[in-house]
Amino acid sequence: MMNQYPLWKYLLIAVIVIAGVIYALPNLYGEDPAVQISPARSEQLDASIQQRVNSVLEQKGITPLRTEYTGQRMLLRFSDTEVQLKAYDLIRDALGNGYTVALNLAPATPGWLQSMNAKPMYLGLDLRGGVHFLMEVDMAVALNQALERYVGDFRSALREGKVRYLTIAREGSRVEIKFRDPGQREAALALLTKSADYDDLDFAEEEEGGAYYLRATLKEAAQREIKRFALQQNITTLRNRVNELGVAEPVIQQQGQERIVVQLPGVQDTARAKEILGATATLEFRLVDERGDVQAAVAGRVPPGSRLYYDRDGRPILLKRQVIITGDYITDASSGIEQQTGSPAVFITLDGKGARMMSNATRDNVGKSMAVVFIEIKSETRMVDGKPVKTKKKVEEVINVAVIRDQLGKRFQISGLDSTREARDLALLLRAGALAAPIEIVEERTIGPSLGQDNIDKGVRSVVIGFVLVLAFMAFWYRGFGLMANLALTLNLVLIVAVLSMLQATLTLPGIAGIVLTVGMAVDANVLIFERIREELRNGNTPQSSIDAGYGKAFSTIADANITTLLAALVLFGFGTGPIKGFAVTLSIGIVTSMFTAIMVTRAVANLVYGRQRRLGKLSI
Amino acid sequence: MQLFKKTTAIDFLGARKVATSLSVVLIIAALISLFFRGLNFGIDFTGGTLIEVGYPQSVDLVEVRKTLAAHGFDDAIVQHFGTSREVLVRVPPREGVNSAELSTQILDALRQQPDAGEIKMRRVEFVGPQVGEELTNDGGLAMLYALIGILIYVALRFEYRFAVGSVAALVHDVIITLGVFSLLQLNFDLTVLAAILAIIGYSLNDTIVVFDRIRENFIKLRTGTPMEVMNVSINQTLARTLMTSFTTLLVVVALFLFGGELIHGFATALLIGIIVGTYSSIYVASSAALALGVSKTDLMPVEKEGAEQDDLP
Repeated sequence: MMNQYPLWKYLLIAVIVIAGVIYALPNLYGEDPAVQISPARSEQLDASIQQRVNSVLEQKGITPLRTEYTGQRMLLRFSDTEVQLKAYDLIRDALGNGYTVALNLAPATPGWLQSMNAKPMYLGLDLRGGVHFLMEVDMAVALNQALERYVGDFRSALREGKVRYLTIAREGSRVEIKFRDPGQREAALALLTKSADYDDLDFAEEEEGGAYYLRATLKEAAQREIKRFALQQNITTLRNRVNELGVAEPVIQQQGQERIVVQLPGVQDTARAKEILGATATLEFRLVDERGDVQAAVAGRVPPGSRLYYDRDGRPILLKRQVIITGDYITDASSGIEQQTGSPAVFITLDGKGARMMSNATRDNVGKSMAVVFIEIKSETRMVDGKPVKTKKKVEEVINVAVIRDQLGKRFQISGLDSTREARDLALLLRAGALAAPIEIVEERTIGPSLGQDNIDKGVRSVVIGFVLVLAFMAFWYRGFGLMANLALTLNLVLIVAVLSMLQATLTLPGIAGIVLTVGMAVDANVLIFERIREELRNGNTPQSSIDAGYGKAFSTIADANITTLLAALVLFGFGTGPIKGFAVTLSIGIVTSMFTAIMVTRAVANLVYGRQRRLGKLSI
Repeated sequence: MQLFKKTTAIDFLGARKVATSLSVVLIIAALISLFFRGLNFGIDFTGGTLIEVGYPQSVDLVEVRKTLAAHGFDDAIVQHFGTSREVLVRVPPREGVNSAELSTQILDALRQQPDAGEIKMRRVEFVGPQVGEELTNDGGLAMLYALIGILIYVALRFEYRFAVGSVAALVHDVIITLGVFSLLQLNFDLTVLAAILAIIGYSLNDTIVVFDRIRENFIKLRTGTPMEVMNVSINQTLARTLMTSFTTLLVVVALFLFGGELIHGFATALLIGIIVGTYSSIYVASSAALALGVSKTDLMPVEKEGAEQDDLP
C-alpha cells in the first residue's frame, strides 16, 4: 500500500503554513518609541497640527523616523527613548491644553505587512506595565438620589394641587407620604398618577397605626434605566479624565451591570491616576452679564455682582454671580435633532425643584443669554518641604452660551449648535456634571515597567528552554519521526503566535505559561501516533500499513483527549478574569493548532518522505 | 530509542489494593490538612493590598517591618520575593481606610525608611473584599462546571462507569494537589487555580487515552476478564503515558526554574498535578471503573449499533 494525501490537502497545509508565518511575522519587528497626539475633545485632528509639530521639532534639531497622520491622531516615531522623551516635552509645551500628547510604543511593522492587517500580539498589562482598575458604581446611592428627587417633586405637586399631607420622606427604597385621612390620600393618588412625570413609579396605599400612607416605589424598568444612566455617566466622566492623563491606548469598558474596567498601559504614577480619575465634576447655569465691560474685567476691573470666566477656547466672558441651578438637578441630558428646524440640539431634563428654580429665573429674562459652566474639582498631592500636601484645585470653563427663548421648565433644549458632534459633546459634559453616583476602586493591579519587561524576558526564556528541551528529546527518542514532530511543534508555535496576533487577543504572563504547557502537551498527539506505529511494527505489519494504522487508530484517542482538555479550557475562559483568561485563550488556541500540526502536518511529511516508496524497508522511529 | 522493547506485562490492577490504600491515605492526609491548616489564600481571594518593591541593594526585612510598623502598618506581612533586593508587602483589608489609597500610603511609608535608597514600585495589587469573595465563588463554580462538563462528555462518549472513574481520578488529583499546597502553606492565588483547572484537563487527557484503549481491547480481545483486558490496555499505553508526562514535565520544570516568581505557584501546582495525574490515570481511574463493575457487554452495544446499521442492506 501507499501513503499519499490528495493534492488539495497538501495545498491546504501550505496555505495555512504561509498565512501563519505572515501573520506571526510582525512580532519579530519590535516597537519604536513614539509620541502620539490626539485631540482632547473632538474626534478630528486638524491637519495644520503637522506643520506646528514639525517646526517645533526642527528648531531643536529633532527629526522623527516617520510621521503618520490619520485624521484622528498623529504618530511620530523616534530612534530611541531619549529623543522620544525630549520630543514629548517639546510637543506638550507647544500644543497646550487642546490635545492629548502621549508616550507610546508603536509596532514597527513594515508597510506591506500592515497593508495585510498583520499586527503584533497585543500584550497585557502584566507584560507591558501599566494600571488596571476595576471600579464599582454605588447603585444604592444612585437609586436613593432618584428617590430624593421625587420627595421634592411630590411636595411641590401636592402643595400646588392643594392636597394636605402630614409628611413626605424617603424610607429605604421607597418614598412615603403620610396623610391624616384617606380622602386626602385618594386626592393625592389621583393627582400624582395623572401626571406623566411619575410614570416610573408604582403607588401603593397602606394603612398603619391610624395613619394613611401612600408609598411609591421605582418600577423595575426605571431602576434599570437609573443604573444604566449612572454607569454611562461615570464612563463618560472617566473617559474625559483619562484623556488628561495622556495614555496612548486606554481601555474604559463596562463590566457587568455596575462595574467599569479602566486600563491604562504605561501609566506608572498610580497616585496621580487615582487623583485624576477621582475628580468630581459639576455644572452651573448662570446668566450672562451683557452690560459689563469684558475688556475692563480682563484688565482686573470686574463689575460687582459678576465674575469673569473663560470658555474652552480661552475667550473671556462675564457672568452673573448668582447661580440659577447646579448640575445636581439634572436628571438626563441627551443629544438629538430639533424637530422644527432640523438642527442639532441637546435635550435637558430637570427634577421638580430644579425646574421651579429654572422657571423662576428665566421668567423675567427671556431674550437674554444663559451660560453653562463646567466645574471640575481635582485633588492633587504635591510635595512641600518633603511632605505630601493635598490640595484641591477647581477648574471652571464655560461650555455653552445660549439665548433664552422662553420661560424654561422641567424639559428644555439647547439648540443652535454647530454640529451633531458639538451636541453630543455638550450632552456628554452635561451628563458628566449631573449629580453622579459615587464610584469606588474595588480592584487594582499595577505592574511597573521593569517588572513588565522582566515578565516578558522570563516568559520568553521559559518558552525557549522548554521548547528546546522537548525538541532535543523528541529527536533523540523518535529519530526521523521525531524530527517530523519537531517540525510540527515549531509550526505549532508559529501558528499560536499567528492566531493570537490575528485575534488581537491579550497575551498575559499566564498566557505565556499556557503556550509553554501547550508545547509540552502538543507532542502528546505525536507520541500517541508514534507509539501506535511502533506497536503495529512490533505486531509484524509492513511499514506503510503501520504508518496508516498508527495515524488512523490514534485519531479518535487524540480527539477525545483534546476535546476534554478544551472543555476545561473553555470553562476557565468563561469564569476567568484578565490574566486567567489569557491562559485559557492560549491553551485553547494551542490545542486546536496542535491537532492540526501534529496530525495533518506530520502525516503530510511522512507521506512525502515514505509514502511513495513501494518497498519501504525500515522506519526511522 | 524505546522505553520498552516489548509491550510490558505489569499487573497494575493486581496491585490496586495497595494503590487504593495509598490514594486513600493521601486523600485523607490532604483533607485533614485542608480542614485544619486550610489554604494560604492570596489576596485574590481574601482581599487586601499587595505591593512589590525593588531596592537598589539587598535590604533587611527587619528594618522594612520596623519602618512599616512606625507608620501604623504593624499587620503587614513582609517577605523577600525572588531576590533579597525585592520585597513583597501584604496588608489585609482595613475598615474605614479608603482601600485604594492604602497602596499609596504604604509606598510612601516604605520611602521614609532611611538609607533604603531609591525604591522602585514593581507591582501593586489591591482586591476589594467583595471582589475577593466573588473570585472565590466563581473559582469553586468553575471547578464544578469543568468536572460536570467532563462527566457528561465521558459518559456520552464511553459509559457512565468510565465517567465516574475519570472524575474520581480528577477529584483525587485536585485534592492531593490542594493538600500539598495546604501542607506547605504555599500561596494559593488565581494562577494556581488556573493551574488546577489545567491539571483537570491534563489528567483527564491521560485517563481518556487509557480508557480509549480499554474500549478498543474489550471489543478486539475476545477472551479475558475485564481486569485482564484493563491490564493489557494500561500496559499498551504505558510508554505513551510516561513519554507525554515526561515531555510535559520538561516544560513545566523550565517554567518552574525560569518563569519567575509570578508564575512559580502555577508551575508548582502543575508539577504536583502532572505527577499525581500520571499515577491516577494508571491506578485510580481504571480501578474505579473496575470497582463499579465495567464489563465487556457495557461497551459493545455503543460500537455495534453503528456498525450493524451500516451493514444493513
